[in-house]
Amino acid sequence: MMQTVLAVTAVILSLAAAGAIIRISRGPSLLDRVLASDVLLAILGAALSIDMAVNRHLNNLMLLVALSIVGFIGSVTVARFVADRREQAHES
Amino acid sequence: MNPEASVVDNVIDTVSAVFLVVGALMSLAAAVGLLRFPDLLSRMHAATKPQVLGLFLLLAAIGLQVRTWWVWPVLLVAWIFQLLTVPVSAHMVGRAGYRTKHLHRELLSSDELDAVVQKAAQSARDESARDEASDGGRRD
Repeated sequence: MMQTVLAVTAVILSLAAAGAIIRISRGPSLLDRVLASDVLLAILGAALSIDMAVNRHLNNLMLLVALSIVGFIGSVTVARFVADRREQAHES
Repeated sequence: MNPEASVVDNVIDTVSAVFLVVGALMSLAAAVGLLRFPDLLSRMHAATKPQVLGLFLLLAAIGLQVRTWWVWPVLLVAWIFQLLTVPVSAHMVGRAGYRTKHLHRELLSSDELDAVVQKAAQSARDESARDEASDGGRRD
């Protein structure tokens, strides 16, 4: 049964990653791209957790936490950067 | 293996399989929302699904599959960490999106930040007007 679950979730996550990548490439603004890359990171974390659950090991757990740290720092930094640049553009 | 234990095993396997598939469907829902919603704020609404509920379901499935009690606190720490960081980054992105006007204002049902922004702009205008007046008085 676990192999079937693995196949089904692999198909679902591939479709989801394709959707997120389409939004990254098409996204009208920088913030849309940041949001979509955050979702792509969450999909990657989901794939790691599914691998851990199906194969019954815990090797990726620290990687999962590190991945969420990277997503947090990345989106906060880019949001800050966007706000600053737009404000300066208005002032000048 | 006695038959009762294998029944319990089957039940746990089924529950964790359902958790895994639903957790993966959360990611698909986020992707569909990203592609179909019209502006940044509604896309942010869709994007949080795999990060909180999806991760919770997948971590619960890991806990059910590994079947040792000490993994549960570790999984809980990973989930709580995600729960603490996601609102902060969503707040920053939403705020930057509001500032840079990446939203369809006609789709908002209420805009509670607008009053605050108006008030801040008004007080800044008053401040500069007062500075100008006092400068003019000194020059005369």
